Amino acid sequence: MARMKFLCDADRCIECNACVTACKNEHEVPWGINRRRVVTLNDGKPGERSVSMACMHCTDAPCAAVCPVNCFYTTADGVVLHSKDICIGCGYCFYACPFGAPQYPRVGNFGSRGKMDKCTYCSGGPEPDLSTAEYEKYGSNRLAEGKLPLCAEMCSTKALLAGDGEMIAEIYKQRVLKRGYGSGAWGWKTAYRETVAI
Amino acid sequence: MQRVATLLGALLVMAALWPASGLDMSARAQSPIQADGQNPMGARPTADSVNEEFLFKQSPKITGRISIPDGKAANLIQPQGRQYQMFREGWLPWIGALVILGMLAALAAFFLYRGRILTDHSQESGKKILRFNAFERFTHWMTAVCFIILSLSGLNYIFGKRLLMPLIGPDAFGALAQWAKYSHVYLAWPFMLGVIFMVVVWVRDNIPNRIDWEWIKAGGGFIGSKHPHAGRFNAGQKGVFWMVAGFGAAMGATGLMMLFPFAVFDVNGMQVMQVIHSLIGVVFIAGILAHIYIGTLGMKGAYDAMGSGKVDLAWARTHHDLWVEQEQARTASGPQVASHPAPAE
Repeated sequence: MARMKFLCDADRCIECNACVTACKNEHEVPWGINRRRVVTLNDGKPGERSVSMACMHCTDAPCAAVCPVNCFYTTADGVVLHSKDICIGCGYCFYACPFGAPQYPRVGNFGSRGKMDKCTYCSGGPEPDLSTAEYEKYGSNRLAEGKLPLCAEMCSTKALLAGDGEMIAEIYKQRVLKRGYGSGAWGWKTAYRETVAI
Repeated sequence: MQRVATLLGALLVMAALWPASGLDMSARAQSPIQADGQNPMGARPTADSVNEEFLFKQSPKITGRISIPDGKAANLIQPQGRQYQMFREGWLPWIGALVILGMLAALAAFFLYRGRILTDHSQESGKKILRFNAFERFTHWMTAVCFIILSLSGLNYIFGKRLLMPLIGPDAFGALAQWAKYSHVYLAWPFMLGVIFMVVVWVRDNIPNRIDWEWIKAGGGFIGSKHPHAGRFNAGQKGVFWMVAGFGAAMGATGLMMLFPFAVFDVNGMQVMQVIHSLIGVVFIAGILAHIYIGTLGMKGAYDAMGSGKVDLAWARTHHDLWVEQEQARTASGPQVASHPAPAE
């Protein structure tokens, strides 16, 4: 089985935000929620880089660990998913997430946030694959159709890579060797407790 | 006058900048034509870039610019989430279990050692004295009921998935936890109101004084047989009062931060609020367990004070002699007893 991961090659990302838009459209994500976002570092200074970030589907995921109702589960592909039927919207997963992935449809009202929403690696939720219930709660399930996440699939500069961790690490390694530089696999150390050795 | 000062300032700044900019220009003019693909600054914009290691050296979390309205999304990586995970899952369940079970064990041991602290029937005077009026009792029970539900729903955040979920299954537990969360969030308000009321009505009787020191030195009547003097509240009760006031304020303050998330703090601040709220919470629960014990099972006659509001005069003379004297002096119409020394227990 594959171990699905994301890797953003920041030396290629041009901050076009197409991944963000594609994600929102593909899953009909509610207003105010961005499952994926692009953060620009050192904005306007030499060495500026943009990184496309979403849920990294961590190893020993902090969100899953701190959840007081154990609504998270990890699929055989290493994708971290959750059940919106069990979620109570306590907000702990946002505090624990190193990447700010979990989001809530409402803010305030004494902290009643509604059911948490986050990147599903385009693989739905606990409902039967490709069912209407699954689509309404979690968006489309491209993995069940044999496709990879849309954000990475349609990235115009192929900066965002999705797929088996070893394969995308190898692709990134080849790129770095060929062009002679690379700003690294952003977030990998925190998410997977390993980096891409070059 | 002001305009002259501004003008002078501008001239000074220009004068300071002049040599620098002049040098810069001459340096640029003197430098040889750059090799292909290199810029005159000497930086290589494609290869030289920020990286994780460099940014983590500057700041504990990596933050950038974001083009969406959600400001929290500007945080790219906050590894502190892993520390929060470690505290909440690694430490908190152990600390919570140790503190609360430890208190229960201590109370059980005390009960076995001392038994129920009794007042003999023969000593009861049959006359009653009002100890807590209706408002005081209302305040106490409003806060107490809220506290019990808040502690159970609070403990559910830590232990529910470990103890309850395996018993009733994830769906039933999810529904229960949702209601527990609503109760935690909404009952926080009457609880905070109750703590404020308590402080207002009882603070003047809870200022520590010399009598409290004597009471503590005498072991409070728990150890030994003599009952030390006490006013309306003895040192132990004052301790409970100040614990409720202090912990109540801390729980309220940190709780409000969670009721209105990110209103004041960023994600790291929210983590700290969580840690404080949970740690004080478990100690608070342990403290109140001791309070419940001594007010019900631990001492005969004590419950009447908060139950009916009236206690037996003899009980009051034994436990709060100075208060009884004060009350009798204050209200001539109040129940009077013959002034005789309290019999030794």
